[in-house]
Amino acid sequence: MQTTILYIGRDTEITIVMNRLLNARPEWKGICVCTDEEALAICSVEEIDLVLLGNGITPDEEEKIKSNLLNIRPGVKIIPHYGGGSGLLYGEIMTALS
Amino acid sequence: MSQFILYKENTRGHANHGWLDAHHSFSFGNYYNPERMHFGVLRVLNDDLIDGGMGFGAHPHDNMEIITIPLAGTIAHKDSMGNTAEIKAGEIQVMSAGTGVSHSEFNALPDVQLNLLQIWLFPNKKNVTPRYDQKALDVAARHNNFKQILSPNSEDDNVWIHQDAWFSLGKFDEGFETEYKIKKEGNGVYAFVISGEVTINGQVLSKRDAIGIWDTESINFIANSADAEVLLMDVPMELN
Repeated sequence: MQTTILYIGRDTEITIVMNRLLNARPEWKGICVCTDEEALAICSVEEIDLVLLGNGITPDEEEKIKSNLLNIRPGVKIIPHYGGGSGLLYGEIMTALS
Repeated sequence: MSQFILYKENTRGHANHGWLDAHHSFSFGNYYNPERMHFGVLRVLNDDLIDGGMGFGAHPHDNMEIITIPLAGTIAHKDSMGNTAEIKAGEIQVMSAGTGVSHSEFNALPDVQLNLLQIWLFPNKKNVTPRYDQKALDVAARHNNFKQILSPNSEDDNVWIHQDAWFSLGKFDEGFETEYKIKKEGNGVYAFVISGEVTINGQVLSKRDAIGIWDTESINFIANSADAEVLLMDVPMELN
């Protein structure tokens, strides 16, 4: 069964890399966006298992997006993603899903 | 009462990619050990051997303080901030990835293996403006002394980062004994043995072993061999 992971980050280049990394593993389906509006729209139509909050999101934006995402998908796990690449990604996701 | 965790050399994660032979002290890449996720804000300690001319192509980072210490050889670095640099053994490089930065790292020499330590710390502030710095270290000042090489203070004579962390390097004569006082309440010390054999708080450590110690104000250090070289990382134990 695939785990659907939504990544939100403001840097386009990092978002492209994250999309490649997340979709490189058959057990993961990655959806990567730069704006909160896109994230909410996707969350409304897709069953999301995990949300990764990437770079450039201010604390206010983080609170708002968390609240809005949880309104749509109560119980969805939302975690910060650090590092912007493959180094920490697997560990972060494994820890969140365990 | 002080507490500690031992990290023996042979318990590190290992990934041999041919051109890259990497040992991971904490979960990294495909190495995942839920009991080895971090020591306080210290999240990554990679001990990489990189073949001549090989390296990591352009790749992005964000929200991480990245410290690179070449132990042997020379790194060729290029980043999206416009920095092109070489970092040699005896120097240190820091990069605050902040809102996002892309960089490449290669072995600058075609026929000499590069050995580097790459260390990532969680920052104490997210989304800072990315920055880069490198400095030549005073190697002579390390003799029988934990010489500070990194701190949170830009006015110190070392590189600085966005975290309440202090790094020190020392190279010791056999039998030399000293105390290291932790810089800030709530910090712990991760001691990584680069070479030789040492005893820290009664624990004997060999090359590439490490010990993490916390809930204490100082640690006791004894060099057991003539070539004992140790990196101390004094870091907050609480994640920001």
